[in-house]
Amino acid sequence: MKPILIRCLLALFALGLPMLASAQQQGLEIDITGGSAQAMPIAVVPMPYQGSGTAPDTDVAAVIRADLDRSGQFRTLPERDIVERPTRGSEVQYPTWRALRQDFLVVGRVVDAGGGSYRVEYELFDVAKQERVLGLAMTARPNAMRDVAHQMADAIYEKITGVRGAFWTRIAYITQTGVGQSARYALIVADSDGHNPQTVVRSNEPLMSPSWSPDGRRVAYVSFESGNSAIYIQDITSGGRELVSSFRGINGAPAFSPDGRRLALSLSRSGNPEIYVMDLGSKALTQVTNHFAIDTSPSWAADGGSIYFISDRGGRPQVYQAPVSGGSATRVTFEGSYNADPSVSFDGKKIVVAQGSGNVYRIALLDRSLGSPRWSTLSPGSLDESPSFAPNAGMVLYAAREGRRGVLYAVSSDGRVRQRLVLADGDVREPAWGPYREQR
Amino acid sequence: MKMTTRLMLAAMLCTAAVACSKKVKEEAPVDTGPSTGTVAPTGPTAGAYTPGDLDSDACLRQRVVYFDLDQDNLRPEFQAVMACHAKYLRDRSAARISLEGHADERGSREYNQGLGERRGNGVSSALQANGGSAAQLAVVSYGEERPVCNDSNEDCWARNRRVEIIYTAR
Repeated sequence: MKPILIRCLLALFALGLPMLASAQQQGLEIDITGGSAQAMPIAVVPMPYQGSGTAPDTDVAAVIRADLDRSGQFRTLPERDIVERPTRGSEVQYPTWRALRQDFLVVGRVVDAGGGSYRVEYELFDVAKQERVLGLAMTARPNAMRDVAHQMADAIYEKITGVRGAFWTRIAYITQTGVGQSARYALIVADSDGHNPQTVVRSNEPLMSPSWSPDGRRVAYVSFESGNSAIYIQDITSGGRELVSSFRGINGAPAFSPDGRRLALSLSRSGNPEIYVMDLGSKALTQVTNHFAIDTSPSWAADGGSIYFISDRGGRPQVYQAPVSGGSATRVTFEGSYNADPSVSFDGKKIVVAQGSGNVYRIALLDRSLGSPRWSTLSPGSLDESPSFAPNAGMVLYAAREGRRGVLYAVSSDGRVRQRLVLADGDVREPAWGPYREQR
Repeated sequence: MKMTTRLMLAAMLCTAAVACSKKVKEEAPVDTGPSTGTVAPTGPTAGAYTPGDLDSDACLRQRVVYFDLDQDNLRPEFQAVMACHAKYLRDRSAARISLEGHADERGSREYNQGLGERRGNGVSSALQANGGSAAQLAVVSYGEERPVCNDSNEDCWARNRRVEIIYTAR
């Protein structure tokens, strides 16, 4: 063959190859970097619409696959490799899935539920044991099909791993577009995979430190709209908000208590930033720290009796813990010359921080569930900050810089899988992972 | 005349000529960069500052103080700037200054709010040490939220570690 013909054919072949990983979704790009050989292989077969009306816009199986992949615990079979398309147990041929080396199989279908709603019926199979381990149905309006998919992913995740899934959750983050006088800031709430972003607040002045109430209905944040930092609590659905802290000096780092009735914050009204707890009913303040150092970034212990925070009383920021009722603070982090932005897991066993070493800042995890504390690094740096645990502590959301742009990453707590979420325009930062959307 | 006398006379004449011909140079306005700032107060020697001096006096036009990494102590080259602004506050009792403190982008945003405030407090203390009144001063920290540049390098970081002197009343 003539060389030019070979080159043409190669070019055509290259163009025909399927694109990898990246899915453009409503202003957020999601790329999966890294992976793990130990992740469990699972096939989630496309779920066809078997009704008589309009098919749903949502590809439920694709949403489930993306969730499971992002968790780091699973490796889903790509859709193009799914050679058979069963929709129910009676259509499943186990040898196919064993040949494809899958441990688990999910099949389902979407039918009409009446009144314009859909019902998704789905089943989970253990391929080796050749048995069904889950069979459920969920009903929803057309605009809630992504929520349904996330709840299905949660059920599958919990059935297999024994840990509650956190896919049906939301995240909050701050965005900035423009610079200097033309900078515009917003506080956004979105699904935990970045879909359905809604603007909660817009401002021409900086916004910081979003914090979720435990019922997921309100968010506390810092705003500079009045010319100094002040803390507001806003209802996400109604948009109504209350100014709760506007003292002289810094009003910063709000954090709702686990019972939602108190707010920890950092105030410098006495001359230097200290940790306080405010009773949200009476607005009464209790001072928790009393030291000339910078004390900030409070993070509650699950029992609401103590608060983790950072202090530079030892020279540079480290994590400390102090009882809410009063008493001395105990230092918690002893490795790394700079530890800040703590986020504590729901069971108190793990703390993630932004850890600095020279000019490099990475997300590090301190695991205290074993005898001696163990550190692991979850991100490569070099300007990573603001880590936030998912409510099941299986993943961590954090902010990173790429060139001149702020982006968010989600990383599994074992560090195996990292997924980038990027806003189409501008800078994204200060993510906060919201609570489970359903109380148990 | 003797040679030595002639030389001395010549030297004196030269010195006199230079002294008489020296012009008072207008200094570069406000932001002269992180490593400079040495300007002597050149206000009217007769007495008090007036609001017009804020726009014309070389020292008063210096409105940004820069800091080293993780530091909130004032570098010696900014002492003169403290002196002239403190004098302005003493001369103009209605004047008010807001000291806006900033930090570079590295590390925790919440901690950097504290660093920015420490720097603002440092400038406030220096102004008071030079005779300015605390009642005329306010400190606001923007942490790393209002950078003047967005590059992740030493030059940009140095420009962001600053306190800005903002006259809210002249």
